[in-house]
Amino acid sequence: MNSASILTAEAPNAAASAGLAPEPKVVARNVDVHYGEKHALKAVSVDIPARAVTAFIGPSGCGKSTFLRCINRMNDTISTCRVTGEITIDGQDIYDPRLDVVLLRARVGMVFQKPNPFPKTIYENVAYGPRLHGLASGKAELDEIVERSLRRASLWEEAKDRLGESGTGLSGGQQQRLCIARAIAVSPEVILMDEPCSALDPIATAKIEELIDELRTNFTIVIVTHSMQQAARVSQRTAFFHLGTLVEEGATDQIFTNPRDRRTQDYITGRFG
Amino acid sequence: MVHREAFVAGLYFILMIVLALGAFIITRSSAARLAGTATIHSRPTYHGLLAAMQVFLPMLAILFFGSLLATRFVEQQSLAAMDPALLADELHRGAAYRDIRRFAAGGAVANATDGLKAGAATFAYLNTLTQWAIAGIGLSAGLAGLLFGLRTVTAEFRARNRFERIVAALLLACAGLAVLTTVGIVFSVLFETVHFFQKVSPVDFLFGTHWSPQQAIRADQGGASGSFGIAPLVVGTLLISTIAILVAGPIGLFAAIYMAEYASPKFRAWAKPILEILAGIPTVVLGFFAALTVAPVIREVGTALGLNVASESALAAGLVMGIMIVPFVSSLSDDVITAVPQSLRDGSLGMGATHSETIRRVVLPAALPGIVSAFMLAISRAVGETMIVVMAAGLAANLSFNPLDAVTTFTVQIKTILVGDQEFDSAKTLAAFALGFVLFFFTLTLNVIALAIVRKYREQYD
Repeated sequence: MNSASILTAEAPNAAASAGLAPEPKVVARNVDVHYGEKHALKAVSVDIPARAVTAFIGPSGCGKSTFLRCINRMNDTISTCRVTGEITIDGQDIYDPRLDVVLLRARVGMVFQKPNPFPKTIYENVAYGPRLHGLASGKAELDEIVERSLRRASLWEEAKDRLGESGTGLSGGQQQRLCIARAIAVSPEVILMDEPCSALDPIATAKIEELIDELRTNFTIVIVTHSMQQAARVSQRTAFFHLGTLVEEGATDQIFTNPRDRRTQDYITGRFG
Repeated sequence: MVHREAFVAGLYFILMIVLALGAFIITRSSAARLAGTATIHSRPTYHGLLAAMQVFLPMLAILFFGSLLATRFVEQQSLAAMDPALLADELHRGAAYRDIRRFAAGGAVANATDGLKAGAATFAYLNTLTQWAIAGIGLSAGLAGLLFGLRTVTAEFRARNRFERIVAALLLACAGLAVLTTVGIVFSVLFETVHFFQKVSPVDFLFGTHWSPQQAIRADQGGASGSFGIAPLVVGTLLISTIAILVAGPIGLFAAIYMAEYASPKFRAWAKPILEILAGIPTVVLGFFAALTVAPVIREVGTALGLNVASESALAAGLVMGIMIVPFVSSLSDDVITAVPQSLRDGSLGMGATHSETIRRVVLPAALPGIVSAFMLAISRAVGETMIVVMAAGLAANLSFNPLDAVTTFTVQIKTILVGDQEFDSAKTLAAFALGFVLFFFTLTLNVIALAIVRKYREQYD
């Protein structure tokens, strides 16, 4: 993939991912976010491991989505938003003014809370990213990328006979898998998912969770979720946010069975949130 | 007498409203009293509203249809006394009836015959009688409605459902009225057009290349060829409209994109109203601007370049008309672009698309149906615009595609033909209706095309 060349050129230590304690993919240090006067995120420091699923949990308004949107700089689109601190991906500072945010977002894909397929055909939805970044040199190669992406998103069997139909005509769960296919079509290194199942029924949710589990062999996944069961099911690491601070972060088993912080304990046992 | 008619009508209206209000209040309180003792199906307000409707609607219907019938009846009876020889056709009947009314009102009528006097007496008598009859029947119907409303206040009476049905019927009536008006306009123009085509061949009209509607009244009159070929008007209209949309399309659309996507809220807050003021400038003023400012500039520039520019040119009219319709394009496009959900923009930006790529590939395609209708509305405005063309492009019916020539359009010719006193049976006057019909057909076609485009893309983008 062409994006792989971008990756190797800009990420000298990408290869260091073997062993039990892999090099963290995303490293955040003292990240503060203000929306105008509101201090939405306070001194968040966290390491996100490569090729694993990290879940962010916490009550509404705790800053977990805000932090997620810092990782691909989607907060840049909000004019009142101000981000300080340091976030690196493979050691490279993503808030470096010399960094091209367009290339960053090609490396860090995003799946949103509500499925948002473009009002185009299924094929065009998936081909959108590769076309933008010039990843395919011809029709045949583009077809191949589209098929591979749809297969990886477990949508190929349902969609292969209706690639020319509008993406908005699919069911909610299919739309969300289409959005995942669209995101992985540009071969990102990290995929951010902002409550990807909150608008879906339990069956569609189960499919997406299964898919997330498959995707972690190839991608670094960060998922924001309101469902603690979902975090427990799909993630290897969990971070608990509360009132704009990162309270506790650790292996998912440890967070859910033996939390160190009182607030984490209260939240996972349903005492608030 | 006219005063008394207005007085009766006014009184009727006041009584209608008072009775309806009274019915509402009385019935509601009656239902409320019932609600105090039993569980009732519909809330008291619905009982009241239904009773008010049962008073108001019959009274309105009786006034409307009663007046229609009464007018016919009174006219027939009044004319019955007159000499049938004087009532040979519709025109004479109308004249005679006017005389009768004037005489009955105490006005002077020359050569008043006995028949006329008798007719006037009948008119005065019947006119008063029918008026009071209508008022009487209407009031009784209203009172009956009130009593009926009061009697139906029972626990199980479904006043809410009935009232909802009446509301639906009223809405349907309004929609129907709009449609009927359109149909009526089409037919009124169509009839005159058919008259016109009895005098001038449709083939000559549609495909003739010479437009000169002046007809000779005497055989020796010069400068009057009476030819009705609309080709020069079609070309002139298309030429000016094309120039206008070429100006307004890009400027309006790009302004809308800037306003919706790039402008800061502060800039938008004052720039958008200013842009919309442009839509409020009377076209006569824009016509001044075209004729006195733009046209001379074009001529000077053209002369400097060695071109032959008419002092009134299609270009001047088209440019100013384009400026006129910029707000239509920009304001409507701005609305539809703003209406594209933010989630689509986020999706595209999250894929690593730039702002402009997002606009080109996602936002504009999603907003396309709305943008197309904005353009079509703007074109319809341009095609129907008269004043600017009168002042800036002249009246000369030249068959020319050169934007530097003076040309003329449908609307300008209609206006020119109908200005002043005209006999209504000459081909020249009737030509205005035929032009109007063609113009209507033209804008209708535009609308159909626009709808087809919108529908095609709706399927894809929804």
